[in-house]
Amino acid sequence: MPEILDQARTQVLGDGVGLDQAGILAVLNLPDEHLSAALQLAHDVRMRWCGPEVEVEGIVSLKTGGCPEDCHFCSQSGLFTSPVRSVWLDIPSLVKAAKQTAATGATEFCIVAAVRGPDARLMKQMREGVAAIKAEVDIQVAASLGMLTKEQVDDLVDMGVHRYNHNLETCKSYFPNVVTTHSWEERWETLRMVRDSGMEVCCGGILGLGETVEQRAEFAAQLAELNPHEVPLNFLNPRPGTPLGDRPVVEGKDALRAIAAFRLAMPRTILRYAGGREITLGDLGTREGLLGGINAVIVGNYLTTLGRPATADLELLNELKMPVKALSATL
Amino acid sequence: MTTMTTTQLWCDRCGESATATAHPACASARQLEPPRFCPECRRRMKVQVLPVGWSAVCVEHGEIQG
Repeated sequence: MPEILDQARTQVLGDGVGLDQAGILAVLNLPDEHLSAALQLAHDVRMRWCGPEVEVEGIVSLKTGGCPEDCHFCSQSGLFTSPVRSVWLDIPSLVKAAKQTAATGATEFCIVAAVRGPDARLMKQMREGVAAIKAEVDIQVAASLGMLTKEQVDDLVDMGVHRYNHNLETCKSYFPNVVTTHSWEERWETLRMVRDSGMEVCCGGILGLGETVEQRAEFAAQLAELNPHEVPLNFLNPRPGTPLGDRPVVEGKDALRAIAAFRLAMPRTILRYAGGREITLGDLGTREGLLGGINAVIVGNYLTTLGRPATADLELLNELKMPVKALSATL
Repeated sequence: MTTMTTTQLWCDRCGESATATAHPACASARQLEPPRFCPECRRRMKVQVLPVGWSAVCVEHGEIQG
């Protein structure tokens, strides 16, 4: 057994203290023959510190495309030659999407907009949309609207938004290679305000942006420092027309190593499968990740791409004897 | 809203001619993507992805859903 896994068994599984950056890097560098042991340990950590439940979430794009920012992975930037056009979702369709999500047994519904930060029109749409959902659908509402002012944070709290997603996307040292229209620190500031407001913080990122394995470890350590309630873990799905459109997909074993490493860095967080898992891991890898530290999934489609049918994920969870977290457990 | 008839003149993923060459990579990618270009006129469509399904609207040829 590699020394880092022995250390993690005592420190993370035993005491609930996450690995530091050096330890995370050691896990990310484990040879293939120790990957299954790392995943098993990460699973044990998840079961001990989070339990067997899996949190299920659906997401929808309230405002798609036409974003003024230049996040190099994103097909919704208006600065690239992506074929994604700008479109707004109306309130009845938003409520319908929430109902579709609740019908899967999901407890979370995240409303997302491709913006630098919300303007008055978007905040009005959010207020009306969240109220309409709460009137008709039994589900928790989360939001992801870019960078916020303090007043907007307070408005979202007032609307009843319980969790706010704002991904750091990658580590601080690599961020300028991925985004040039705003800084990592600006994102951190929004996260700080969200935390101070009492909303739950959801913050993750994307692996496979061209970062080194050392930078992947740096990212996990920086997330651990933030200590978010939830970490969505995306794998780059290269989008046509974006600066990262020709990048290779993350190797499945590297993705699994990252899942184990992120779990061993953050033993108590909700670690969620997000975009890109279908092309990175396939069905077999999806199962391995759920048995290697993942304890939450986005079901159904993503914002501009499609996912596995929700029923496929729910059947897999049933087969793995992992109960879907009930809404009552989230309130 | 009219329902589009799908005469495939243009690849609905990359927008290039669908009659001149085959598009196996696009066809494979389309399993996990909605269409982006109208297959009849090559216009970029307004696409809304929902948790279950999607809709794509061409200003000239109407809406398709999946």
